[in-house]
Amino acid sequence: MKRRTEPRPGRTALPGRSAERRLRRWKINDTLLLYAAVAAGSMIGAALRAFASLGSAALWGDGFPLGTLLVNVVGSFLIGFYATLTGPDGRVFPGARQRQFFMAGFCGGLTTFSMFNLETLMLARGGELLAAGLNVGISLPSWLAAAWLGHILAMRLNRLRGSER
Amino acid sequence: MYHLFLVCVGAALGGMARFLLSGFIGRRFGETFPWGTMVVNVTGAFAIGVVADAVMRYDMPAVWAFAITGGLGSYTTVSSFSLQTLALVREGDWLRAGGNVLLSVGLTLAAAALGLALAGLWIGESP
Repeated sequence: MKRRTEPRPGRTALPGRSAERRLRRWKINDTLLLYAAVAAGSMIGAALRAFASLGSAALWGDGFPLGTLLVNVVGSFLIGFYATLTGPDGRVFPGARQRQFFMAGFCGGLTTFSMFNLETLMLARGGELLAAGLNVGISLPSWLAAAWLGHILAMRLNRLRGSER
Repeated sequence: MYHLFLVCVGAALGGMARFLLSGFIGRRFGETFPWGTMVVNVTGAFAIGVVADAVMRYDMPAVWAFAITGGLGSYTTVSSFSLQTLALVREGDWLRAGGNVLLSVGLTLAAAALGLALAGLWIGESP
């Protein structure tokens, strides 16, 4: 009497198939949770952005869109910092979900390109061409500088006591 | 409080749409140039032009909170743009980095202006 001890390749027995199904369900759940994490992060970021633009309008008036500039600079700094801190040479190892919660969710929701476009055009439309030009000329370098600064700071942190690992 | 709720709902939808679309484009066209973020920002700029024109004509603060502050504000992103431009600079790819900055700013401003103008045409000049 011959008994097959291992399953034939290319054909899975019933337990294998249910394991496959479980794996697929697990993958779907994982994707759903990833999207939920992005959505949650976006909500928090966007609520903070809404408060920032309300606050800046209350503090400095709405002549110049400082609120949008502020959130974009802060968001760029945070993503530069976090990406390097959790990167290949980083000292923090979050899961994919936590990483996307913060980067795609929170930072993505906090920062906004479209509001920057709209406010620049509104300034230009109102005849304030100088303010519109300044908004572009100040925003772009400061976003990039903020991301760079975050990256540099995280690199310093990564090197601190780096030899312990 | 109601408006904050609308901002949050819009932001959840906008953030997930960005994650979906930029991920899809990144996988499809490769990650050497951040096309995903660019497409998201340009389409979002066009949409904000259309919606802002309509909302400013009819004064709809709830739509502003849901679609502009929440939805499109969250759909478009500066943080990924900065991070990806910085990554190109760090790789020494100044041409792509500069191209990304110039193309992103030029195309998004043009798209938003086009959105505003087209919405003016569609809705009509006078409310």
